[in-house]
Amino acid sequence: MLKLPIYLDNNATTPMDPRVLEAMLPYFTNHFGNAASRNHPFGWAAEEAVDYAREQIAALINCNPKELIFTSGATESDNLAIKGVFEMYASKGNHIITATTEHKAVLDTCKHIEKLGGQVTYLQVNSEGLIDLKELEAAITDKTILISIMYGNNEVGVVQPIKEIGQIAKKHGVLFFSDATQAVGKIPVDVEADGIDLMAFSGHKMYGPKGVGALYVRRKNPRVKVTAQMDGGGHERGMRSGTLNVPGIVGLGKACEICRVDMESDTKRIVAMRDRLENELLQVEESYLNGPKNQRLPHVTNISFKYVEGEGLMMGVKDLAVSSGSACTSASLEPSYVLKAMGMSDDLAHSSLRFGLSRFTTEEEIDFAINHVKEAVAKLRELSPLWEMFKEGIDLDSVEWAEH
Amino acid sequence: MAYSDKVIDHYSNPRNVGTLDKSKNNVGTGLVGAPECGDVMRLQIEVDENQVITDAKFKTFGCGSAIASSSLATEWLKGKTVDEALAIDNMEIVEELALPPVKIHCSVLAEDAIKSAINDYRVKNGLEPLVEAKSHH
Repeated sequence: MLKLPIYLDNNATTPMDPRVLEAMLPYFTNHFGNAASRNHPFGWAAEEAVDYAREQIAALINCNPKELIFTSGATESDNLAIKGVFEMYASKGNHIITATTEHKAVLDTCKHIEKLGGQVTYLQVNSEGLIDLKELEAAITDKTILISIMYGNNEVGVVQPIKEIGQIAKKHGVLFFSDATQAVGKIPVDVEADGIDLMAFSGHKMYGPKGVGALYVRRKNPRVKVTAQMDGGGHERGMRSGTLNVPGIVGLGKACEICRVDMESDTKRIVAMRDRLENELLQVEESYLNGPKNQRLPHVTNISFKYVEGEGLMMGVKDLAVSSGSACTSASLEPSYVLKAMGMSDDLAHSSLRFGLSRFTTEEEIDFAINHVKEAVAKLRELSPLWEMFKEGIDLDSVEWAEH
Repeated sequence: MAYSDKVIDHYSNPRNVGTLDKSKNNVGTGLVGAPECGDVMRLQIEVDENQVITDAKFKTFGCGSAIASSSLATEWLKGKTVDEALAIDNMEIVEELALPPVKIHCSVLAEDAIKSAINDYRVKNGLEPLVEAKSHH
């Protein structure tokens, strides 16, 4: 029996895997110790659990367990990486390179850096959302201290050429930070092979708990340090003070272990369902795939249904939990900045829906989603003056719109 | 954000969806908004010799609140005289549909569409366009 509504917004957050919850539970009650309490068994049990989680996480991204700094999530990790490098390497330079399609946690942190007197270059992306490596290399100056490019994009799923970026960073002696929140646990991520110096990720995007994440900080070749952004007890090698969230960390560790073991089989199944959903929906007249067909995260597809507005469409697919690139929630009615940065026209950006699948998505749910979306698009096009004009052969670009 | 029951009702069962013959002299058409802003409303009225609106139709590209605002507008227009229709204020739509502040622009657009349709009707019939569309930002 199909349970409605169906959750297809797994880029926003994933449900927690029951195996993760099971691993966490004892650390709320029985093993409640503070991992920093070195002088009694309560503390030891907590510390042991944290150390085990470090190993589980390290195995997923191929790093040393000591290179992980636990945080409250990817937003904090982004802030710590960028602000921390900016402060720590102030004597070396003040220039950061990032891209226009980064997550707000990176973009807004970079804006903050600019207020502090830093210089930030925002690289443009092409129509598939990819940065240009030549532009990246050309943007590097003797003041550049950090390149901040995300691994996989949260809206369209495009995966950047991370290894090549890592090589360019290394060649110029610049640190490379990647927000890999959408990628870790979904596709193979290897900080050694990829040449990543700092990397942010989060538990709740990979079937783990909310409120816990990590920042990978390289310890060798080169040894990287970040200035702490919170003062306190000097936990996490002095880079992030605050009592460790032991149950959360245990959950993050377990989530990483499951992702590592199940990645191949999960991905195979998810890609097949994603492709079926995508191919069916692209058969709808005047529908368009946003982002690349290849070089993409396996669990996401972003499609525009021309002449239908995204938020109205979301209301029409009320039995699906999805998200739209249209934000009809302010006077400015700004559509997704990511889709716009990819050169998409505002009207097509307003017509987009993002579907994010998970390891818990079923074939039955995909069948339902396909029909539900097709019906809603057809219904809303009956209501759409733009669809009628399109069908009459009117060129909408030639219409003088009463802009507001 | 949760929609009000009235918005959901108009969205699920929109009233007066359709197209009137815009070549007829007694039909006024208003087309407001822009695709790049995420909402476009087309509202049409048919007016009899006594200046009474006998029919009204709409089509809207937009969010649920925009669709509901225009659907409600067509309901209200039918049976009103042109002068009475001119008096419809967007805040009445806000109140009726319980629109939250971020959706007030949908009601403004509906008021604009009414005024724009009336203007079109007036111009077609040799009258001066009387009303300025409400500017909204």
